[in-house]
Amino acid sequence: MADWLAWLASKKTNKSASAAKDRLKLVLINDRTDLTPAELESMKNELLQVISRYIEIDSNAVRIDMTQEGRQQRLLADIPIRAASRKAR
Amino acid sequence: MSATVVTVTSGKGGVGKTTTTANLAVALAAGGQKVVCIDGDIGLRNLDVILGLENRIVYDLVDVVEGRCRLKQAMIRDKRLQELYLIPAAQTRDKNAVSPSDMVRLTDDLREEFDWVLIDSPAGIERGFRNSVAPADTVLVVTNPEVSAVRDADRIIGLIESEEKGPARLILNRVNYEMVKRGDMLTSDDVLELLAVELIGIVPEDDHVIMSSNRGQPVALDPKTRAGTAFQNIARRLRGEDVPFMNLEVKEDIFQKLSRLIRPGGN
Ligand SMILES: Nc1ncnc2c1ncn2[C@@H]1O[C@H](COP(=O)(O)OP(=O)(O)O)[C@@H](O)[C@H]1O
Ligand SMILES: [Mg+2]
Repeated sequence: MADWLAWLASKKTNKSASAAKDRLKLVLINDRTDLTPAELESMKNELLQVISRYIEIDSNAVRIDMTQEGRQQRLLADIPIRAASRKAR
Repeated sequence: MSATVVTVTSGKGGVGKTTTTANLAVALAAGGQKVVCIDGDIGLRNLDVILGLENRIVYDLVDVVEGRCRLKQAMIRDKRLQELYLIPAAQTRDKNAVSPSDMVRLTDDLREEFDWVLIDSPAGIERGFRNSVAPADTVLVVTNPEVSAVRDADRIIGLIESEEKGPARLILNRVNYEMVKRGDMLTSDDVLELLAVELIGIVPEDDHVIMSSNRGQPVALDPKTRAGTAFQNIARRLRGEDVPFMNLEVKEDIFQKLSRLIRPGGN
């Protein structure tokens, strides 16, 4: 029953208003940070490169997201670190 | 008496600034307030026709600033509402004829005699935006539920913040409830989530807006219309009243509502 209703509600997400909202979210991030999507992507990659130089990270589980708190943009990084195997030097 | 100076602006053009200014002026004046509105859109004067006062213009804003007339001489008194005045924009003059400090001086003179000074601003990136925002105590940003208008609203809200005139308050104009119900128009919740500002009003798309501007009789003079009521409500909120948003401003449809009831916290 609840699934059926959820399905009906989810049909809405194909509608143009959700497309508008999703696209606007990204556009506003770009406008507010003055970063293009490509620059944002290469910033994330460089960030990970620098971190990996010091610690071993689980690159598949990395999440770096731009979030909004009020009108403030925030870069949130969640970077799981692999247990140190105490590499012999 | 010490007026509150309210500037009505937007990022994108044509979203309803002049309509909003005229209707808030009328609604406030009908509520017994003393109101003067200033058309800040030099070269593209419009507030006069929307208010139906275009035939009575003798002097304009630039004449006042350049000392060709006294402030009182440029103020046109409305005949329907005794406490409503308009200072028209110059139609032919150079936009640079007025500076932000001219506007501050002018509004300071008006503050003593009025409850409200409303300024109809040109859209955000144009010269004249800064003139209109400089004297503001509070800035209202008008937008429509469309991608380009929302995007431009975000930029202008940022600009208002950086001019230290924030936080701006939002008017969402031309909401088409049929489209919202179909899922083909951003809801007010969507827009608020994206822009993260305070909402002061939602105005429906309403044919009466154009019909009343055809006649030079702002729609707020007729509170039987949906747009008229919406503008009246914004005027009351400006005066500090806590007016709930109208019923037709509800955006959730039955399926969303049901699924939220069944799965609280969902959707
Ligand atoms: N709520 C509304 N419903 C229908 N038409 C509207 C509404 N608000 C504005 N309009 C129309 O949109 C057009 C632009 O409005 P206007 O107030 O001149 O915008 P701006 O001053 O921002 O350029 C006008 O033709 C006006 O009649
Ligand atoms: Mg206008």
